[in-house]
Amino acid sequence: MSQATAIHGEKISLLRVLGPAHVWALGVGIVLVGEYMGWNFAVGKGGAIAALIACWAAGLLYTCVAMIDSEVTSTVAAAGGQYAQSKHIIGPLMAFNVGLYLVFAYTMLEAANAITLGYLVQTVGQMAGFADAHDKPFIVLAIMFLAWLNYRGVYATLTVNLVLTAIAFIAVAVLFLGVKPWSTELLHHKEILNGLPYGWIGVLASLHFGLWYYLGIEGTCQAAEEVRSPARSLPLGTMTGIITLLIAATMTWYLCSGLMPWEYLGQATTPLFDAARLTSSAPLMVLLFIGTMFSTLASANGCINDASRAWFSMGRDRYLPTWFGAVHPKNRTPFRSIVFLVPVALIFAYFAPLDQVITFSILSGLLEYTYMSIQVIFFRQKWPLDTIKRGYVHPFHPLPALVLLAICSATYFAVFLGYGTQLVAMMVFFIVASLWFHFHRYKYVRRGDQFTMNWPRPVGY
Amino acid sequence: MNNWQILEYAAWALSFALGLYMLIDMIMTNHKYSEDLLTSSREGDIDETLVIDPPHQGGHL
Repeated sequence: MSQATAIHGEKISLLRVLGPAHVWALGVGIVLVGEYMGWNFAVGKGGAIAALIACWAAGLLYTCVAMIDSEVTSTVAAAGGQYAQSKHIIGPLMAFNVGLYLVFAYTMLEAANAITLGYLVQTVGQMAGFADAHDKPFIVLAIMFLAWLNYRGVYATLTVNLVLTAIAFIAVAVLFLGVKPWSTELLHHKEILNGLPYGWIGVLASLHFGLWYYLGIEGTCQAAEEVRSPARSLPLGTMTGIITLLIAATMTWYLCSGLMPWEYLGQATTPLFDAARLTSSAPLMVLLFIGTMFSTLASANGCINDASRAWFSMGRDRYLPTWFGAVHPKNRTPFRSIVFLVPVALIFAYFAPLDQVITFSILSGLLEYTYMSIQVIFFRQKWPLDTIKRGYVHPFHPLPALVLLAICSATYFAVFLGYGTQLVAMMVFFIVASLWFHFHRYKYVRRGDQFTMNWPRPVGY
Repeated sequence: MNNWQILEYAAWALSFALGLYMLIDMIMTNHKYSEDLLTSSREGDIDETLVIDPPHQGGHL
């Protein structure tokens, strides 16, 4: 395999070895765990029909995210993804905030995955007759092992993700066929579905966890500096990723809502595994248990990859100490950023409750999506289509941006209904961090060096 | 000590070993290479003509 980037005596860069399949594995791998668990809390908020509406609304939101992301990323092919995009399109303060959104969203999600994995292993231990089985050793092992994998190299990391994600997706598809969706032998939608028990306010509330079906697909563009052909691979991997997730989300909702009443489904820890148990098929149970484990591992793995790239990029631009902007000379990974974020993830996984960790991750993602809707409008205004060559041009502009902004606004309200304190606390944190960056940190930034794209002067400047 | 406890201790030990590996490797790398070299990466570097370094394939184990 040819290597496009390498040590050049005095220079090291990340390694360009990834293809579209790795990009798909990165995006879908982070998200697919949301089909295995988490999405069903939307059912608890407003019933199964509300969860389906949330699934479609969130699907629309993320389709807009994927389209916008594909266009912008195909021109700003840099590690850091949305952080690098916002730096070039809006400015340093926005970029600093977006970088923090990314690191928070992915590190919290990594912690949530590790907690879930520990819980699953503990459950296995208890089922095997070890009543005093603990989850903590396996939470820590999951984080340490995946951090080590990421430390060693991106190609092995995302190849592992490809295998794990493919198996997890196939497991969902096999279960879907296993419940015979063409018959009413196992599925009882007519008897179980009960409309909207809390009315339309329940639908709005369910949007909060509706995001869980797709949260993280935008992480594909963190691989921008490590794919062989960014302009082709990133849009291809991202768009096929969102299509995969739309299919997986629809299959998941259909089979779970036909097997379990909403009162149970709305608070189940592992709804897909529970669905497999209801089929009374041992092979399906084993397959879905493996799928659940693999999806959590793949998600945590992708999160470590993405959080470290965002942190690394901010260090490289001196938004954070430059120490974090180092690349390992042999492994070609942002090794210091990977190691630094390990204790952060461990602290949250070890001490924080799962629902709080998930909420902080969702909130960080939501802030990021809101920014993306504004960013793409600026992007098209400052650099119209005929001024910069794009690898992909998203259609119907500015409709996707406006739809994205509208759904984000509705989701803020949904989050506020359930987690208003966390929402306010997070906003205060970002305001304080912005003040620190503006009045203290920005003086260390080399202002000319941070803008690397060979773009023409923006229209109107 | 039952089998599960042995498994838990093995998980702690493996976690510790992996953490120690990364820490030692990071310290050794920091000492072996200059800071200028380690932080020489620049955003969007896509120079296709850079020298190839076959033994160090970034995860091609």
